[in-house]
Amino acid sequence: MNGLDSVSRRLRKDIINTVACSKRGHVPSAFSIVEILRVLYDDVLKYDPLRPLWPERDRFILSKGHGCLALYVILANKGFFPKNELEKFCSSAGRLGGHPEYGKVPGIEASTGALGHGLSIGVGMALNARYEKSDYRTIVLLGDGECNEGSVWEAAMSASKHRLNSLLAIVDYNKQQSYGSVSEVQELEPFADKWTSFGFDVKEVDGHDLTSLRAVLTKRPFHQEKPCVLICHTIKGKGISFLEKNLEWHHKSSITSDELAALYSEIGR
Amino acid sequence: MRKACLNSVYELAKKDGRVIFIGSDLGQGTLDAFKKDLPDRFFMEGISEANIIGMAAGFALNGKVVFVNTIASFLTRRCFEQITIDLCLQNLNVRLIGNGGGLVYAPLGPTHLAIEDIAIMRAIPNMTVVAPCDAEEMKRLIPATLDHKGPIYIRLAKGWDPVVSSGDLPFEIGKGVTYRCGHDALIITTGVMLNSALSAADELEKQGVSVGVLHLHTVKPIDKESILEHSQKVSTIITIEEHSIIGGLGGAVAEIIAEADFDSIKKFRRIAIPDVFPDEYGSQASLLQTYSITTEKLISEIIKNK
Repeated sequence: MNGLDSVSRRLRKDIINTVACSKRGHVPSAFSIVEILRVLYDDVLKYDPLRPLWPERDRFILSKGHGCLALYVILANKGFFPKNELEKFCSSAGRLGGHPEYGKVPGIEASTGALGHGLSIGVGMALNARYEKSDYRTIVLLGDGECNEGSVWEAAMSASKHRLNSLLAIVDYNKQQSYGSVSEVQELEPFADKWTSFGFDVKEVDGHDLTSLRAVLTKRPFHQEKPCVLICHTIKGKGISFLEKNLEWHHKSSITSDELAALYSEIGR
Repeated sequence: MRKACLNSVYELAKKDGRVIFIGSDLGQGTLDAFKKDLPDRFFMEGISEANIIGMAAGFALNGKVVFVNTIASFLTRRCFEQITIDLCLQNLNVRLIGNGGGLVYAPLGPTHLAIEDIAIMRAIPNMTVVAPCDAEEMKRLIPATLDHKGPIYIRLAKGWDPVVSSGDLPFEIGKGVTYRCGHDALIITTGVMLNSALSAADELEKQGVSVGVLHLHTVKPIDKESILEHSQKVSTIITIEEHSIIGGLGGAVAEIIAEADFDSIKKFRRIAIPDVFPDEYGSQASLLQTYSITTEKLISEIIKNK
């Protein structure tokens, strides 16, 4: 199925199991970042699920907070909290909301959901690492639509001014936002050139290609003196034919049993 | 007051390695000593308030106590969402120092006036709102912020305001300070208006009217206990503030006394800026006159309503 291996399919199935309980969520936005998060948590980030506030851990901020279904599933699989917590996604009895909250969920470094906040928080965290003489790294995952926000570019200027080479921005460039395509709603191109002109070292990669992601993300330091951005070319809804690039699915507030059956039939029960 | 505030932050930073300072393109030479002595904790950033709040949150999420300093109107309006989510929702130890609270920047016009800052800051859960009355009270406030849990908005006045506070009285965030006890009327004040309140109380005392003065340097959390205790004794309660009549000190006090079960009927009046954008320039003092936020107005209102 779309070249996804068994682990990537299982993670997507965990996401479907989660929305099978909640009947809601930003499923395609989560599917577009599964491989990015998988590589980060398997091969890149330094962390200890039993000590989520371990001072030396790498900091990961999901600035596109609406992609949290993917992060919750990864964190549960890594042991930050029990997997049965996923069943309570968005429910009054649960702590996993439609956007992630700091202090409620172990492994969540910042409350996100309002777009355009994460990179500035990441700048502060990276400056803190410099002050503390700590070698933790700060990685912030942004959405492409999120890059419409002016605050992202304020943060980019600041990161560049401070030569924050321990800061990596990753952009999930799936080229779809809520109303339509990115090029139609708010063109970002020439996107790589924008980041370059803001003082970033820019790399681009297929955001579903595990080998390429690993090759870029495991390199330390990302750059000797500049902050870096990794533009990940992705497919919104990757892995399910009728989700891919289907704007109707950007956010669903009432997923029907027929739709769930269709999701399961493609991902495999 | 501004100088006392920044110097106090510098002194605090020398004693405690958690203290970080972030400014937004402030005037040349601001806190030069801090920059020279503690360069790794001094940040002068661009005109980018939203980014600065996020940066402060990033530090505070890692155990730092961050002082952010810029003009009050930009600080409270421009980045309201960053303040709400990054600082208040996450309940972080960031202290927002808002320069020119109220009508201080009168000659610069409505873009620079911060006349609804208390209202919007106090509406956010977890936020503490403080408006000291003079430089000496500011010096007592800053050290008290070090171990205070959660964000604080500190409203700065113009500077060189007369010192009217007393160091002999206890200072605690969230606790009102009783400057006069009275049995006819009570003036409740915040920020630099304490000066007018004391003048009015002294003048009325000469006329045989006994007026209490309760100074609330902290508007949130509001000192309900002191308000009720002092209000119980009088027939007239009057608030005075350099702020919009909507949602500031007067609104906060109204919320308390409207729900109080007093033994006797009270009269309640608010002196504040009406619900308008000031359409003249001049000075802080001239705008205060325009809107009758004065000692004279206090006296006449108390005489009329006692």
